[in-house]
Amino acid sequence: MALKNWALRKSLWVYHVNTGACNNCDIEVLDLLTPRYDIERFGMILVGSPRHADVLAVTGSCTRQAQPRLQEVYRQTAKPCVVMAIGSCANAQGIFAESYHMGSPVDETIRAVDPDAIIAYVPGCPPKPEAMIAAVVKAWDVINTL
Amino acid sequence: MSQAVTPSRAQVPLVGFVGQALAELGDAVVAVERCDERRGVARIDAERTLEVAKKLLAMDGSRLATATGIDVRDGIDVLYHWCFEPQGVVITIKVLAARPSLTLESIATHVPAANWIEREMHDLLGANFRNHPDMRRLILDDSWPEGVYPLRKDFDQVADRPPLPPVPPAPEEGVS
Amino acid sequence: MTHKTMLNIGPFHPLQEEAEFFQLSIEGERVVDVDVRTSYNHRGIEKLDESKTFDQVPFVVERVCGICSASHPLAYIQAVEDIAHVQAPPRALYLRTIVNELERMHSHLLWAGLAGHFLGYNTVFMWAWKCREPVLDALEIATGSRVNYANCKIGGVRRDMTDEQLQEIARIAGEAKGPVEMLIGAVLDDPVLHARLKNVGVLSKKDAKAYGALGPTARGSGLPIDVRRDDPYAAYDRLDWNVIVAEEGDVFAKTKVRLLETVEAIKIIRQAVRDIPGGQIDAKVEHIPPGEGIGRVEAPRGETFHYVRSDGSNYPVRHKVRAPSFNNIPTFKASCIGYEVADVAITLASVDPCYSCTERMCTAVDAESGREMYNFSQLVKLSQQKTERVRRQA
Repeated sequence: MALKNWALRKSLWVYHVNTGACNNCDIEVLDLLTPRYDIERFGMILVGSPRHADVLAVTGSCTRQAQPRLQEVYRQTAKPCVVMAIGSCANAQGIFAESYHMGSPVDETIRAVDPDAIIAYVPGCPPKPEAMIAAVVKAWDVINTL
Repeated sequence: MSQAVTPSRAQVPLVGFVGQALAELGDAVVAVERCDERRGVARIDAERTLEVAKKLLAMDGSRLATATGIDVRDGIDVLYHWCFEPQGVVITIKVLAARPSLTLESIATHVPAANWIEREMHDLLGANFRNHPDMRRLILDDSWPEGVYPLRKDFDQVADRPPLPPVPPAPEEGVS
Repeated sequence: MTHKTMLNIGPFHPLQEEAEFFQLSIEGERVVDVDVRTSYNHRGIEKLDESKTFDQVPFVVERVCGICSASHPLAYIQAVEDIAHVQAPPRALYLRTIVNELERMHSHLLWAGLAGHFLGYNTVFMWAWKCREPVLDALEIATGSRVNYANCKIGGVRRDMTDEQLQEIARIAGEAKGPVEMLIGAVLDDPVLHARLKNVGVLSKKDAKAYGALGPTARGSGLPIDVRRDDPYAAYDRLDWNVIVAEEGDVFAKTKVRLLETVEAIKIIRQAVRDIPGGQIDAKVEHIPPGEGIGRVEAPRGETFHYVRSDGSNYPVRHKVRAPSFNNIPTFKASCIGYEVADVAITLASVDPCYSCTERMCTAVDAESGREMYNFSQLVKLSQQKTERVRRQA
């Protein structure tokens, strides 16, 4: 476990997945790249493929259509990885929980393919960019103690 | 469950731009519910849906904004919302797709703006549009069963949810 | 030698936030057909709203789309005000206008950044989004949140703004004018951008009307439609501003429309702050009678259309939400066919598809055996490479 997590103590490459979101969280994730927040100075970048990712940034309430796709993406993501469930929707489907088109929530969806998945929850609707950065740092710290 | 609005059979006087537009539709109009400066609402004969749509599209400055389907006691009420610029007017044409067939003639071949919205009304309400050029599923997911229409009044969004899609098969060994 | 190849754009890629599936058929370098499959983002909002009370619904619909977070609730609220025969007090109308125009600014700057990225101008992306940050600050001053404003209620607005806050908002809007005008100058004068954007992705006026195109997608094709002028709401009929229309229908025209609208938005905000009257902000509506209403708002992407039916109870019988992208995305078929693959990324972006609004997202990539495929980031690369080629030739 310690060796596996040692591999994560470096710049984090983030793959962003939208599982049926209103876009607010997604825009705030993209905002992290822009000059005001500039996560690239921490070595964090958004990558174009899950195979290169250390962090799976998941937004959205995981609709029925997105559910199997999220599971496929998770499988493709290089391990070890941390799943960051960003926003109320990714945490627990938020205001859409009762809707007929919801799949299972993001954490249950991922645990169905990997019961040992590391999942970090970032609450907010949407979480402010500062909250997301704080969440990544916290997750990083937690992994280092595992 | 109360019915929302019972269409009034009494004729509302046709005045202004809205009145003029409705008058051009002639006797296809069965009842006029509203005729204001900027809003008109009229019910038309279900057999003449296409004729009315063609007339409205041909008018200057008209466009189909969208359509609303509503599950009502007698069938699916389809409300086509037509906008006119520069008058800034919205004329809603109501037409009932009566039970049991719940079928209307599609207007999508002549009004491309109706294409997606008719597909959506079919997905969510089960309204049928005869001669639609491309009646495929639009917005419900691949695993959603046929014949289950979530926007119907007898569908409970929590209790009547169909089973969730299964976990996709794991990739073979050696292939990531 | 031509062969038909399937090009699947979607479902997940780094800079287009939502998953959407456009299946293009290409022969050689030309696009010959487009199919759009959607469904990822459908969240069943219309059904959800039937179980919410009238004043709970705005909190649901502001999450239809994050970028049009002010437009959807306002359109819904206007529909209900139509049923209740209520007009919000004048001060509330001005406050609504200010928030909606700030939203337009942030949305168009966001778009300008994305478009810049697709064309290979990454500096434009950084720079447009940097310019956008103060606008989000202004929205935070106005409503308490950078996005998801919850500022309107049936009959008015939920909270007032002090004079200091209003002056600060006007100052921020004014300061954005310089950078926006610089961006306009850079885009409208750059010969490489002219080569990339002119006569590309043309949507004819006739097609725009038949598809019911809206917003800059329609105005860029010569259709002079704008709900703020044609069916005025909020305080738009009390302020002096222009509707921006371009005739050519290509991506350049749509770009021009969006950038010039950002300047108009600044103008509107400053006038609104200058002219805002005092008084009540809430007409205190207590009951919604039976009836039907329609509310329309000119969101950054075009007309947002809401229809509400009430039966006198606390819950809407039916709430129809139609966002502008539902009408605009099908126009991609008309504006993409016949053009090069390298232009697909920017043509798609020019429709400014807000997939969330359309509640639809895409399905899996179905590869037919033996067919090549580019994913979206590869299409963006093609677009960026084309810009390089054009720049070298210029």
